[in-house]
Amino acid sequence: MIEINNLNKKFYKNEVLKNLNLKIEKGESAVVIGRSGTGKSVLLKCLLGLLRPDSGVIKIENKNILGKNLQYIGNKSVKIGMLFQGGALFDSLNIWRNISFISLQNKVSEKECKKKAIETLEKVGLNSDVADLYPSELSGGMQKRVSLGRAIFSEPDIIFFDEPTTGLDPITADVINKLILEKVNDIGATALTITHDMASARTIASKVYMLHEGNIIWGDNIEEMEKTKNKYILQFVNGQSDGPIKIQNN
Amino acid sequence: MKIFINVGSSVINFLEETGRFFIFTLKTLKSSISKWYLKNIFQQMISIGYLSLPVVALTSFFTGGALAIQIYYGGNQFNSEVIVSSIVALGITRELGPVLGGIVVAGRVSAAIAAEIGTMKVTEQIDALRTLSTNPFEYLVFPRVIAGVIVLPILVGFADVIGIMGGWFVGIQSLDFNGSVYLQNTEIFLESNDIISGLIKASVFGFIITMMGCYHGFFSKGGAQGVGRSTMNAVVSSSILILGSNYVMTNLLFAS
Repeated sequence: MIEINNLNKKFYKNEVLKNLNLKIEKGESAVVIGRSGTGKSVLLKCLLGLLRPDSGVIKIENKNILGKNLQYIGNKSVKIGMLFQGGALFDSLNIWRNISFISLQNKVSEKECKKKAIETLEKVGLNSDVADLYPSELSGGMQKRVSLGRAIFSEPDIIFFDEPTTGLDPITADVINKLILEKVNDIGATALTITHDMASARTIASKVYMLHEGNIIWGDNIEEMEKTKNKYILQFVNGQSDGPIKIQNN
Repeated sequence: MKIFINVGSSVINFLEETGRFFIFTLKTLKSSISKWYLKNIFQQMISIGYLSLPVVALTSFFTGGALAIQIYYGGNQFNSEVIVSSIVALGITRELGPVLGGIVVAGRVSAAIAAEIGTMKVTEQIDALRTLSTNPFEYLVFPRVIAGVIVLPILVGFADVIGIMGGWFVGIQSLDFNGSVYLQNTEIFLESNDIISGLIKASVFGFIITMMGCYHGFFSKGGAQGVGRSTMNAVVSSSILILGSNYVMTNLLFAS
């Protein structure tokens, strides 16, 4: 379970997160939608300890992951996986080393790591031929699959997805969305995805939350999203420029 | 009024940058008492040391040769065989070997480190390291810094020998010196302190070069342009710091 209470983060005078509250139940696949620049990535970075919030509480499995001075201390008993927007594969390592990076750092034998990496590659629809290639030798879609493989390699309890379909064609994006759904269900992990791709949200989400001006203004099941009369959701889902969401800085 | 705002913001920026570099250095030093990635350290030693050897060797050889010619034609040619060999040996080991070697390596290595780490930063690879429970200071920064500190003195050791040989080669080819007398004079005038002082300087330069590369790379932002700016800043700042710290160390080692 992920519980966020009164989370605030600002950069100089720009308040990005304002008293944000969010609760994601165990096993839930939550998707946070919202326009670019509303603080989705900042929220994710605060959860991962890549940014220090100004105030607030973040609990993962009932343990506050922010220590003294809101320094990230994490929850060592919970395994976390992350799929970055651009894949963030290590250029200097080949594919199987990228996937099994965490085990290699924990002194697991190379032979065992490679074997498990190839098994993981198969899980994300890639064959063993790519294991010895480098990230630059793969297409964008294949890199996303490898990145997904790295995220699920250690069978994490929680997986974060940052714009998983950005930069992909609609067909590849659908393949990635279905893979995410399938793998999250296989592992039984709690998932939090941030995206502004509604096709992605519809495929992955069991619950959808709308982030607007630094706070969650709506949250419900995916089925409810299709029925809601909430003007913010309607404007965003239908991609309209007219509505309560004002277009600024675009 | 505008001038006060500009001066004030420049001072604040300088203090911010200094503070950030100080914290960065502390984190790097702290990572030395944690996990050592020996494979990464070895790879960096090859990259910084072995692959820099040809360019450092060429620089020293020509510098030694040019120095010999300058001393010969610029000074009193009486007893020049003694003067040229001793000044070339002292000049190379105390100053030119470490400083020129340092600046050449700064251009090659500091830029490469800043570009590599900068690219990792802007493509979120450093964030990815953190999410994979790996401290980027232990995995990326410390191996480069310790490799630089270890390898630069070795490189400069080679540069010293090759620089002296450059002077010797020019001496016997162009200045009609006797080769064995030249080397004998070098041996007489050169003391172990001259060599050691140069190697100490080289070690400090190794620290400066790698720290500057890592620091500027680590704080890259703004895509390709940002990485380019970091690379330039790494080379400029490491070159200036090499020259500045060389002056300080020369004062400490020889003037006291």
